[in-house]
Amino acid sequence: MIWDNDFAVSVFPLLLEGLWVTIQITLLGTLLAAVLGLFFAVLRRLAIPVLSPVVSFFVVFVRGTPLLVQAYCAFFVLPAYGLSFDAFTTGVVVIGVNYSAYMAEVYRSGIQGVPKGQWEAATALSLPGVRTWGRIILPQAVRTVVPMLGNYLIQMFKDSAVLSAITVVELMATAQAIGSSNFRYLEPLTLAALLFLAISYPASRLVNRLERRYAPQH
Amino acid sequence: MRPSTEPQPLSTDLALAPDPVIRFQNVSKNWGSNQVLKSLNFEVAPGEKVSIIGPSGSGKTTILRILMTLETPSEGLVKVDGDILWDVTAGQKVRETKQLRATRRKIGMVFQQFNLFPHMTAMENVIEAPIHVLGMNKAEARERAAELLNLVGLGKHMNHTPPQMSGGQQQRVAIARALAMRPKVLLFDEPTSALDPELIGEVLNVIRNLAHTTDMTMLMVTHEMRFAEEISDRVVMFDNGAAVESGPPAQIFKDPQQERTRTFLRAVLQH
Repeated sequence: MIWDNDFAVSVFPLLLEGLWVTIQITLLGTLLAAVLGLFFAVLRRLAIPVLSPVVSFFVVFVRGTPLLVQAYCAFFVLPAYGLSFDAFTTGVVVIGVNYSAYMAEVYRSGIQGVPKGQWEAATALSLPGVRTWGRIILPQAVRTVVPMLGNYLIQMFKDSAVLSAITVVELMATAQAIGSSNFRYLEPLTLAALLFLAISYPASRLVNRLERRYAPQH
Repeated sequence: MRPSTEPQPLSTDLALAPDPVIRFQNVSKNWGSNQVLKSLNFEVAPGEKVSIIGPSGSGKTTILRILMTLETPSEGLVKVDGDILWDVTAGQKVRETKQLRATRRKIGMVFQQFNLFPHMTAMENVIEAPIHVLGMNKAEARERAAELLNLVGLGKHMNHTPPQMSGGQQQRVAIARALAMRPKVLLFDEPTSALDPELIGEVLNVIRNLAHTTDMTMLMVTHEMRFAEEISDRVVMFDNGAAVESGPPAQIFKDPQQERTRTFLRAVLQH
């Protein structure tokens, strides 16, 4: 099979549309994962009876099962119980919840990295718990994990290709569709790979710079 | 001298002595099988400046940490300004109560490692608790914080963050932060131990000033013997979880009664 440049040029706009969907999934999924992960990390640390162990189990469960299985379950099994959403929404929720389990671990390491003296100073000043978390602990914890969260964003960007399996028409699904309807896979798949790389490579360079900038202050 | 034929009623004598602002009654603290405090009885009078000296591991820092509620006693009663802070019977599971939270507000602490909030300016460090604990309005809190930061000689550093300041400056901000809560009792846990030698003086000056100009009760754990001698009303020597000797600085440093105090002072004053 020889590279057909005209064909490649003709399918490029379609692939760009797919890329835009991939970017949307990544941004929305990361937002969901970042918020949910923080929530999980704090709940675990608070050691609330019943609730905290449930969250811990959930995190272990999500981390221990493949994203693809989770996506299939959400898309094909949940509708049988009346929970049915379009593929895009399901995809964002599945990947967001999946990554929230990993991000919860990242936040946990960030929270653990805040020196004990910070908690003690907050106690000595009688600061209420909500204020201690919101103003003292989390700003320092999150700051140190920003680069790690950035890495997960890049990983999610690539992992979102899995969602093609549940009919989300993102970059990978678009390339596949073009391939199967034209019996030519070389150009669309190569272009799809290059488009992934075109975003993920500069993004990882950016994360490297963030790593230097957000080095711990202590 | 009172004539011995006319003994005064006991109650008169008690009325002369003010109620202690800090009172430890049979307080013990165990770490596993290691007993850090052994059924301690210890009192501090209102306004008194007390220094605690002794070898490391003698339990002196534990006293401060129990007062600041950073540690839970294993057993015993601790009262601050007449209110119960801790009342623990052995083996009991201790919870943070409303009573404890209310009493804790009467106490402030200056830490060895400063423990300033590194992502906040000096000003923000000082106004945080007055606004969010005492409910002071922001303008008032800032005004008071500026006064305090001037008092510790940092009027020009209000908008600096801790990483931009020297250790001595950070510790002075930490003192201002503690003072902003208007504590009845201020605890100092080896406030100069983490400082470079040339920065110790500026922090001691601030503490000395406080000792001389306020009626706040001050309880300090320190290795600065000359400083303890100079500013304290009373010095307590600790060893092995118990107060070995207590008295005015002149007595403790010039004429210690206990052999343990003598050997300790000989060791630390030699270098």
